[in-house]
Amino acid sequence: MLAAFGKNRALVSSLLRGGNGGDGASAAAVWAVSKRFMSASGDSITVREALNSAIDEEMTADSKVFVMGEEVGEYQGAYKVTKGLLQKFGPDRVLDTPITEAGFTGLGVGAAMYGLKPIVEFMTFNFAMQAIDHLINSAAKTNYMSGGTINVPIVFRGPNGAAAGVAAQHSQCFAAWYGQVPGLKVLVPYDAEDARGLMKAAIRDPDPVVFLENELLYGESFPVSKEVLDPSFTLPIGKAKIMREGSDLTIVTFSKMVGYALKAADELAKEGISVEVVNLRSIRPLDRETINASVRKTSRLLCLEEGWPQHGVCAEICASVVEESFYYLDAPVERICGADVPMPYAANLERLAVPQIDDVIRAARRICFRKQDKRKATA
Amino acid sequence: MNGSKSMLKLAAAALSKGLQESPLKSGLAEKGNFCRTVFLTRRYSAECSGKETNPTSKKSDSGEIDVEIPVKFDLHLLESGPSQVTTTNKEELMKIYTDMQIIRRAEIAADMLFKSQMIRGFCHLYDGQEAVSVGLERALSYDDNVITAYRDHGIFLGRGGTVFELFSELMGKRTGCALGKGGSMHLYHREHNFWGGWGIVGTTPPLGAGLAFGQKYEKKPNVTAAIYGDGAGNQGQLFEAQNLAALWNLPLILVIENNHFGMGTAEWRSSKKTTHYDRVSYIPGIKTDGMDVFAVGEAFKLCKEHCLSGKGPITLEADTYRYHGHSMSDPGSTYRSRQEIQGMRQERDPIERVRKIILKEELATNEELKDLDKQIRHEVDEASAKAREAEFPGEEELFANIYKADSGLIVTGCDRKHSKVQMS
Repeated sequence: MLAAFGKNRALVSSLLRGGNGGDGASAAAVWAVSKRFMSASGDSITVREALNSAIDEEMTADSKVFVMGEEVGEYQGAYKVTKGLLQKFGPDRVLDTPITEAGFTGLGVGAAMYGLKPIVEFMTFNFAMQAIDHLINSAAKTNYMSGGTINVPIVFRGPNGAAAGVAAQHSQCFAAWYGQVPGLKVLVPYDAEDARGLMKAAIRDPDPVVFLENELLYGESFPVSKEVLDPSFTLPIGKAKIMREGSDLTIVTFSKMVGYALKAADELAKEGISVEVVNLRSIRPLDRETINASVRKTSRLLCLEEGWPQHGVCAEICASVVEESFYYLDAPVERICGADVPMPYAANLERLAVPQIDDVIRAARRICFRKQDKRKATA
Repeated sequence: MNGSKSMLKLAAAALSKGLQESPLKSGLAEKGNFCRTVFLTRRYSAECSGKETNPTSKKSDSGEIDVEIPVKFDLHLLESGPSQVTTTNKEELMKIYTDMQIIRRAEIAADMLFKSQMIRGFCHLYDGQEAVSVGLERALSYDDNVITAYRDHGIFLGRGGTVFELFSELMGKRTGCALGKGGSMHLYHREHNFWGGWGIVGTTPPLGAGLAFGQKYEKKPNVTAAIYGDGAGNQGQLFEAQNLAALWNLPLILVIENNHFGMGTAEWRSSKKTTHYDRVSYIPGIKTDGMDVFAVGEAFKLCKEHCLSGKGPITLEADTYRYHGHSMSDPGSTYRSRQEIQGMRQERDPIERVRKIILKEELATNEELKDLDKQIRHEVDEASAKAREAEFPGEEELFANIYKADSGLIVTGCDRKHSKVQMS
């Protein structure tokens, strides 16, 4: 079975590489078959595969969906997220753009107003700053300004935040900026299930969605259920997920930091601190209900993000908890954020500029009023 | 006063050399940007030799009317241009006259509403530029897309928006075309493919390219007219949109309403090159007299044919003029002379031209036209009164339509504990 599965995967890959647009149907059939093999053997998929399959399925289901961005076609995607799509759907639906963010983003918004469903890729969200006027003034505000006449069903996606060693201009986290704007929906997937469900929801959503991925997560594998692999699988927008239940401390975070929080929680469990990890999945709408319900249970909050602290996502979470759940708190709210500096290049400095698991553990102990080196035997 | 007299002399001297240069270059404007531009009027008079004020028309054998288009079209990368003669009839002429007059009267009424503080914020008026809107509608249908910037009242009316909806929106009433939530700069008429109304200069070319992309993607036999002003002509995103439209062969007409002033900055003070139709080496262009509704119509006709034959985008520069200042807070006379504005009204007014043809061809008497003017004025005043009576949007509108899919969304007002709504 597994050998056949392996062969089918190779077959799929070669079909995707070699086929033209007309081979789409057969490539799709083989892909579907290989996916059944995957689910039967309880497979894992990478975040990259999750995104790719989600976009693929939505493009198959709805002819109005198309992909646009730099190197999304013949290059197979700068980070290979759109691999195989050009071969399957052809150059009318997978468009390589020139390096003109303001122009092609405006074009995408115009096409979305007209009724198509563009997926605009930014090679990283750092480059989206060139086009940010179209994201905010052309996309986000239009449904409201037009009294509900014109909606903009567009997805803006790409890697966000720090990668590794790419320095100041390529490492900014934009979650707080986009999260502030009414009219945008801002999603932050962590694992493969998030990537698949949220991407499908984003493409189907009639409003502009900013989909913030993470380059370092693309290659990470996560186990997924049969349900997640089904083409009809979506996740609701605006709902956070409790990744791990706990009773002493709530850690609220998103994207790559979810993995850090889970690892920190494992460590903290050894000293008797039971951590509940909330994976936001959505920056806007922000699931204040889930966040506050968790804090009311644990009485302690630690927010965690990679981006800068001032006016960051964590600032909003802290404000929400202090506003809604003040009387449930046993300790001040705390934040672990990226250092308040432009991203340095040197590896040792970069490590100091981005939160590490040790930072999370130290803060957790502080919030639980434990001294640094005290440990309790596990129950 | 002596200063201005000597400037006038210098301007006249410059003009007699057939100069296209700015008075700035000949060293006239020293103090700040105070620049008398009397020569602008004279340049057009010299070019047109007054023909457009006494347009040539004649009845053809079939009873229709052939109207000459006196100003030659300037062409860029085109073998042949639009016809210099257009054929029309009484019904069409009366409709053109009425449509332009409605825009004119509506803008004058808007001026008064703004001064009585019933319109707030920005109000950018279109009077003087009527021929562009009505000429466009002569060639394009409501199945074609139109998108423009913030000077959009005339385009909105041309696309079939009513005066009542316009005034309601200007005054922020719930009967407005955007439920009162857009205002002057954000007018829409989706049914007739009018996509707004955009406040940020330079955004309409890329957005228009997207609309055209949609038409090509869905194989529609239609075009998109993306309108922008001379002030937007140097925007980087325009360059990007031009490249994309040409590269992907989009059915896009890039329309420049060149009224020669970007707010208070005359074109020669903002642009190294003051024409727009010939800026791109790979996109053909036409420059037309934007005060002549027939010229505009013929130019749009050719542009639409060009795009629909799969030749890609084309540029249409309409040489036009706005009588009002940039907006209602601009008297419009600190950067151009009153003589210039008066000259335009006298020599190139778009409505006067059509009136003269109607009278010459004896399609209506002066009295009948006066009655029509009165009737239009009355209808506009009625719409204004009705809009003034209309209600403001309900308070629940504050939180509505942030998203199309907003079920379950919680939205807060300024006092988050006091004002909190969950959408159904």
